Amino acid sequence: MSEDHHNPTPPSPIEQRVAALEELLTERGYVPEGFIEDVNRAYENDIGPMNGAKVVARAWTDPEYKARLLTDGTAAIAELGFGGPEGHYMKVVENTADVHNVVVCTLCSCYPWPVLGLPPKWYKDAPYRSRMVREPRALLAEMGCPLDDDVEIRVWDSSADARYLVLPARPGGTEGLSEDELVGLVTRDSMIGVARL
Amino acid sequence: MHDLGGRQGFGPVVVEQDEPVFHADWERVARAVTFAAVANVDNPSTSKFRHAIERMDPAHYLSSSYYEHWLTAAATLAVEAGLVTPEALEARAGGPFPVSQPVLVDDVAVPAQRSARFGVGDRVRVRNMHPGGHTRCPGYVRDKVGVVTSLEGEWNIPDVEAHSHARVPDAVYSVRFSTEELWGDGEPGASVNVDLWDCYLEPA
Repeated sequence: MSEDHHNPTPPSPIEQRVAALEELLTERGYVPEGFIEDVNRAYENDIGPMNGAKVVARAWTDPEYKARLLTDGTAAIAELGFGGPEGHYMKVVENTADVHNVVVCTLCSCYPWPVLGLPPKWYKDAPYRSRMVREPRALLAEMGCPLDDDVEIRVWDSSADARYLVLPARPGGTEGLSEDELVGLVTRDSMIGVARL
Repeated sequence: MHDLGGRQGFGPVVVEQDEPVFHADWERVARAVTFAAVANVDNPSTSKFRHAIERMDPAHYLSSSYYEHWLTAAATLAVEAGLVTPEALEARAGGPFPVSQPVLVDDVAVPAQRSARFGVGDRVRVRNMHPGGHTRCPGYVRDKVGVVTSLEGEWNIPDVEAHSHARVPDAVYSVRFSTEELWGDGEPGASVNVDLWDCYLEPA
């Protein structure tokens, strides 16, 4: 970003449009003071894949928690303090040696905000949304997640009110790690289902 | 144009490494202003907001990013609710401010609430439907046969919620479709589960 205040880059058309709507709605009293910061602050600081990673690590280390998580995802995730918009009805699907789950929203970009934060650009763009239901095995391989032919793929198109979290399989050789150490192994992509750990 | 499942020709998925939550300040402002706008329209709902995105000019939809979709929907709903005028938006923006196309349905049938008709294991066919308004029934499953794998409770029918003050809860099922059923030449060993309202389905 330019620091040259004498020749600032003129605002782009999209910046001008956003500013126009923001200013007009604010002048008319529809945007409370501090609203823009308040709406976004949590997603820029506290809410993101680190939340989902805690859920996954707990499930890997506590079989009873894992059973609750797979039965009632919303309640089990709430046990760790996570919930809110786009997380009111959570379903958790488990990856195993034989089954691989992957999540998409073909109609918009539905995504479990409380456990993964706001979605990455590729999840919202047309290539992923169009192709994951049509050619999941080819697309997963293309995205760096090749699967053997005998691994069943289950694609979940989250087109209604349920939001999906993939429970990745625990990597081998991690038996000696603590729950906190396991948290650090869990990636966002593994919880969407476009990567295995 | 938003209904993208199975559409071809979009090319590779482009992954941005170390992507920030927002790429520019306008994205975070657009996100918040959208919530502010939607909260101040008549009969607000997620369905109504989604439909405002779905009404975007198709070429604009495909050539703009997620938060531009949000901004366009927010401006559209704000204009339609009388919170701002198109002229004021364009004057303030110093240029064109495209908004979405008008709502095409002025009245939707409000079905009576009914109990779930299907159970786990039932074969169902998705109705061959093409509503002019909002729906959450993806095009690629219409007229296809799948199997109910779970019941997901009752949720308001979005097709009604987007266009009416009525709220009609209806059973939602997770329905599994084989890729062969969906695409004819689908990849072996794969299935797609879609969450579908009871009113989208008929016995198969």
